[in-house]
Amino acid sequence: MIYREAGQFKTSYAADEAIFPIVQDRWFVSLALAAAALVPPLVANEYWLQAILIPFLIYALAAIGLNLLTGYAGQLSLGTGGFMAVGAYAAFKITTAWPALNILAVFMLSGVIAAGVGLVFGVPSLRIKGFYLAVATLASQFFLIWLFNKVPWFVNYAASGTITAPPRTVLGVMVTGPEATAPVRYLVALGVVAVLALVAKNLVRGRLGRAWMAIRDRDIAAEIIGIRPLPTKLLAFGISSFYCGVAGAELVFLYLGSAETLAFDINISFLVLFMVIIGGLGSILGSFLGAAFIVLVPIFLTNVPHLVGLQLPVALLKQIELMIFGALIIFFLIVEPHGLARLWQLTKEKLRLWPFPY
Amino acid sequence: MSLLYSILVAPFLDMAGSPLFLVEVVLGGIAAGLMYSLVALGFVLIFKASGVFNFAQGVMVLFAALTLVGLMERGVPVVVSLVLTGAVMVVLAFAIERLVLRPLINQAHIILFMATIGLNFFLEGFGEMVWGANVKKLDIGIPDRSLMVAGVQVNQLEMSAAATAGALVAILAVFFQRTRVGRALRAVADDHEAALSLGISLRPNRVIDWSVAGLVAIVAGVMWGAKSGVQFSLSLIALKALPVLILGGFESVAGAIVGGLIIGVGEKLGEVYWGPLVGGAIENWFAYMLALVFLLFRPQGLFGEKIIERV
Repeated sequence: MIYREAGQFKTSYAADEAIFPIVQDRWFVSLALAAAALVPPLVANEYWLQAILIPFLIYALAAIGLNLLTGYAGQLSLGTGGFMAVGAYAAFKITTAWPALNILAVFMLSGVIAAGVGLVFGVPSLRIKGFYLAVATLASQFFLIWLFNKVPWFVNYAASGTITAPPRTVLGVMVTGPEATAPVRYLVALGVVAVLALVAKNLVRGRLGRAWMAIRDRDIAAEIIGIRPLPTKLLAFGISSFYCGVAGAELVFLYLGSAETLAFDINISFLVLFMVIIGGLGSILGSFLGAAFIVLVPIFLTNVPHLVGLQLPVALLKQIELMIFGALIIFFLIVEPHGLARLWQLTKEKLRLWPFPY
Repeated sequence: MSLLYSILVAPFLDMAGSPLFLVEVVLGGIAAGLMYSLVALGFVLIFKASGVFNFAQGVMVLFAALTLVGLMERGVPVVVSLVLTGAVMVVLAFAIERLVLRPLINQAHIILFMATIGLNFFLEGFGEMVWGANVKKLDIGIPDRSLMVAGVQVNQLEMSAAATAGALVAILAVFFQRTRVGRALRAVADDHEAALSLGISLRPNRVIDWSVAGLVAIVAGVMWGAKSGVQFSLSLIALKALPVLILGGFESVAGAIVGGLIIGVGEKLGEVYWGPLVGGAIENWFAYMLALVFLLFRPQGLFGEKIIERV
């Protein structure tokens, strides 16, 4: 391959336990992050930022959240959309009540509120497991959406029933609202997801992440070796909901601009679950890959007929899109049930030996 | 105080005040519940035999109804269309077994669950592409009107749906208890390795199982289609059947029926007597909450197999 890790000796525990133990990996990730921060705002046009990159970053954040819960702690949840809605509505209420508060702080606070709600809905997980739990989490999905629809307080008694992102600035730059430019919103989304992904990565490497994985792999055995299931599972629900809540707040404030509960219906829960499964259960990188896949495929499918000059009626196009999307998901599950992250890992291992595999 | 009164006392006074209305509400709930059971039955059949949590059951109901109506609209007699639709569902079962289940054999449950959601998308697009997306009326000759029986309003269509559900359960019970194929299915469900060693082969079993679920989907599709027209939203009834499923237990046919009755009656009572307190439209989540409360006491559902956990 282009690089070898030969000759890099670790002389301390800290070096041994680093996230990226290989020098070249560290360089690669730093460069990739710098490129992600610099290149798109300069090069990409409005369409690319608004339709692809911003939703990709936001969904990636939600996927990380669900991956912590489903991939690491093993608790299947179909309530992601509900927790994202909590984040969005909390952010709206907080920023309209205290307009002076920094919008980034508002995002974090709304995440905390979503985490609180997640804790409550995580309580049944102690008794209910597997698919029973998955269906039980649908209760939170439907109940929360109903609540936001029914109680006008959540939308500040707006007759339209929608929440709209008010204009807010950070360091004098307009970040949300109709006048915020796409590059700025992109950078904010990138910053938030980069920091939170780093936190998640460290979380799953640490004591808590190991406890989650023990619970996932065999909960009774985990209990016997001294992991307390109640706090561990509840923390998984809480932290996962924090990520989903922040993602939900970003979805409205940085991407949609204004939204009603329809933006957080059951479909979004399934979509995020797809991202996690296709990307790879129990992998932070997989959350990004899965989000990229799920965001890109529909855009690809809508644009291909135009590119090859095929003129089809809109309804038919929509149906074909649905069919191909469904078929692709089945295809990917058959080809690689462990997700894109596993595929990437295999490629990396092959490349390490290339061109002299033994 | 007045809040507690309106939650804990007033609804029961209402019930006692007009018992005939209460009977009507309960009957309506039973009928609605049996409609949910019809969908839940399809789930149970597949979960019992192959351990697949088939999210696409709702779309299979829609697909069956669409095929039936599409054929009838083209002038095919009712009986012939029913037979043809049955054939289509069997072909679908073959295709699913060959293209989805066989390559995914031995995968984790969640992967198979995801695959059925993919199947859900595919069938939705396919059904609409072939038969069109507009709402269709399905007329099976039973009028959707109410009769007065002993002072209580009874909907004719709902009652025939209830009768159909009852008949279906009886047929399924005979099929599973008395026929060779049904026993083979149960053997596979119990322990597929032991079944294999007794000479029961798994593949045809899965096809049969999905075919039976497909046929149940036709019945559910006919009943739901006659009630609310054949349209896209029919595929969402799968979401209605899920609380029935966890309440009754994934593996139990009887559970699907009893769960459906509890959910149906509970939902109607909640909607009529407690719904106005919180602004109505609670039927979307009430069933889930109801199921959740039951699950806290019996995590495997009312009739589910006892979960034995060991390290």
